[in-house]
Amino acid sequence: MTAFQPPAEINWWKSPIGKDEIIWIGIALVWCLIMFFMMPYWHVYGKQNLSNEAYQTTPKKFQASVDAFVEKYKIGEEGGIPIVKPPAGSDVYLAGRLWQWYPILELEKDQTYRLHLSSLDWNHGFSLQPVNINLQVLPGYEMVISLTPNQAGEFGIVCNEYCGIGHHSMLGKIIVREK
Amino acid sequence: MGQFRQCPDSGFFFDKSADRLMKANAVAGIVALLIAGVLALGVILTRWQSIHLLPADTFYTVLTAHGINGLIFWIIFFEIAVLYFASSTLLRCRLAAPKWAWAGFGLMLSGAIMNNIAVLSGKSSVMMTSYVPMQAQPHFYLGLILFAVGALIACFVFFGTLVIAKDEKTYEGSVPLVTFGALTAAIIAVFTIASGAIVLIPTFLWSIGYIAHIDAAMYRVIWWAFGHSSQQINVAAHVSIWYLIIGVLFGARPMSEKVSRFAFLLYILFLQLAAAHHILTDPGLSSEWKIFNTSYAMYLAVLASLIHGLTVPGSMEVAQRSKGLTKGLFEWLRKAPWGNPVFSGFFISLVVFGFIGGITGVVMGTEQINLIIHNTIYVPAHFHATVVVGTSLTFMALTYLLIPVLFRRQTFLPRVAQWQPYVFSAGMVTLILFQLGAGTLGVSRRHWDMGFSGATLSFDYAGTAYMMMAVSGVGGVLAVLGGGMFIVVAVGSLIFGKKLEPSAGFLQSFALAPLAPEVYDIEQPEILKRAEKLPVEEHGSSGFHAPGTFVLAMILLVCFVVYYFINWDYLSSVWPMS
Ligand code: HEM
Ligand SMILES: [Cu+2]
Ligand SMILES: [Cu+2]
Repeated sequence: MTAFQPPAEINWWKSPIGKDEIIWIGIALVWCLIMFFMMPYWHVYGKQNLSNEAYQTTPKKFQASVDAFVEKYKIGEEGGIPIVKPPAGSDVYLAGRLWQWYPILELEKDQTYRLHLSSLDWNHGFSLQPVNINLQVLPGYEMVISLTPNQAGEFGIVCNEYCGIGHHSMLGKIIVREK
Repeated sequence: MGQFRQCPDSGFFFDKSADRLMKANAVAGIVALLIAGVLALGVILTRWQSIHLLPADTFYTVLTAHGINGLIFWIIFFEIAVLYFASSTLLRCRLAAPKWAWAGFGLMLSGAIMNNIAVLSGKSSVMMTSYVPMQAQPHFYLGLILFAVGALIACFVFFGTLVIAKDEKTYEGSVPLVTFGALTAAIIAVFTIASGAIVLIPTFLWSIGYIAHIDAAMYRVIWWAFGHSSQQINVAAHVSIWYLIIGVLFGARPMSEKVSRFAFLLYILFLQLAAAHHILTDPGLSSEWKIFNTSYAMYLAVLASLIHGLTVPGSMEVAQRSKGLTKGLFEWLRKAPWGNPVFSGFFISLVVFGFIGGITGVVMGTEQINLIIHNTIYVPAHFHATVVVGTSLTFMALTYLLIPVLFRRQTFLPRVAQWQPYVFSAGMVTLILFQLGAGTLGVSRRHWDMGFSGATLSFDYAGTAYMMMAVSGVGGVLAVLGGGMFIVVAVGSLIFGKKLEPSAGFLQSFALAPLAPEVYDIEQPEILKRAEKLPVEEHGSSGFHAPGTFVLAMILLVCFVVYYFINWDYLSSVWPMS
């Protein structure tokens, strides 16, 4: 008489369904559909979406783009890492490598930048704190997102994908200035 | 000598070769759990920042081994035992090809040992996910491959047993629901292992230099086709065990065979999807694919879990009400055997799996919300609710059932067993809730030092984040204690537990002669009869069979909706991006 006996009905798919079950299935299905449609909805009306813009690249090529970018807009240095201030609205390059985010970026508040992200070696995790935006960064792929800092201040970039023994010391920075 | 024995207490018939295999697999699983649990102490005491026990390299080694022994070796060894139980024992059928089953066990065991040697030597600290291009030693991958091949053999032994049972007509009608659920798990397992082979074999060849390059993004896509669906095996397996436990304890039968089986079918159809929720913030994948995949088409596998969430306790409620526990909404639950660890373990795991594991999982698997959660400590917190309090605690509850039934031993230290589910889950839930909190504050997973010692630049997490990691540390220590209590009871019962004489079993199978041939020496048990039709009775109220459960389900839904939209709100506060 139990769940580990064969069903009483010869055809189990003809067994009756109780009222509780049918109501619950209905409610649950509606909720599932709401959750499903929230995602396309947010693509249209929400402000936090991934762009899906990405290119195949190589660590060498990406390194070259980063170097050119740093060369052009470098304004200083902190702890040996260049601080780079690109013009508002421009393309910005950030590389993850063992164990550093390179370079330090200085951006303007409420301006939109096209951020190019890639790794020069292993997987890394771009984790902007304390804003809490988290992106996977892979070697061989250049992800481009349009980012609009809407707070001024100094922000840390933690690496939140394990990348070996120095993983915990991989820390970068984005500085956002008021206009 | 007959092929079967019967457990006089439970009435189950055991094929003697299946009996030994179940024991061997269960014991191997429990040893892996012991290793995972000891290592967990190192992990948690390191992440508790003011203790910060281990140096960085040891921490990453220990964390790798903790994850693999817990998630892969403990759970899968135990699942193999469950598959044999659900086929051979429940269908009263001899096990197909016991020699192959032993070969599978041998492969799994050698694979597990080989992988552990690679990790614990400190030269393969790549985490269980082993994302390329970070490289482990070749025998790290080879061990996993051997383990997977062994598990695949076990799945085919399971399928073979179902075929034999059908051929030899050991049961009437359709297979029982529990077996049906286990079949779901095994089908998903075959898909899983195939993906595992596709990703691990090239990676192994790469580690010995035969292949020059493996694409980092491709690796993650296929790895998660494997890693994700392996979690769905666990869901299908532990839900089946829930039905088994309510059947044994309450004589419960499913409220509706059709609904419960339909929900399992949804698992087969849609669970393979959703691998995308691990790679939602990866470059190079389209949003359309991510949305379709991360939501299991339209959350149809979530729907299946929501259905089981109602029908499992609902079936129990119906059974309890038919015994006269009809007062109010919850008499059936209040008067449940809370002192029996088989019940308390099952019920706690049901509640925590649904309320915490399920809700957090769906929330962070939402394409955009994942941006504020990906790779934070929120993620391990989520899966400790699913795979530790959900799957592992269910397996522990089942073990308490199997100690007398399969191992024919009295439970060693029954008071400890009685408290164990409470201690373990209190610790775990504390750990989970506070790590969810810390993750929301951005604390990273797989991270040795949230203070970033040795970094050129600096960043400080909020003080609350440190506080939360400390409280989760306290919870973790309590959980390790609770896990230890389980090991003491399980292993203690096998070694010191009073023998429920006689037995065909494991540690005593050589020395003791069976005493009662009619019970211990059966050629072929009689056919397993289909359940009797129930008289149409009404124990619930206003047409509801399980009103109490329905109320609980509505509470779950409200929590779900509220928490879901809180997270959208949080997301809307971060920097705009497109
Ligand atoms: C007994 C108490 C346990 C405690 C205190 C504990 C604690 C932890 C903690 C704190 C982490 C995250 C560390 C980090 O990311 O920095 C972790 C990771 C993990 N745990 Fe546990 N755990 C326990 C039991 C288990 C069990 C029984 C399983 C398996 C069923 C398990 C599976 C995992 C896995 C798969 C990971 C992820 C490893 C990775 O990121 O690669 N844990 N555990
Ligand atoms: Cu990194
Ligand atoms: Cu890292």
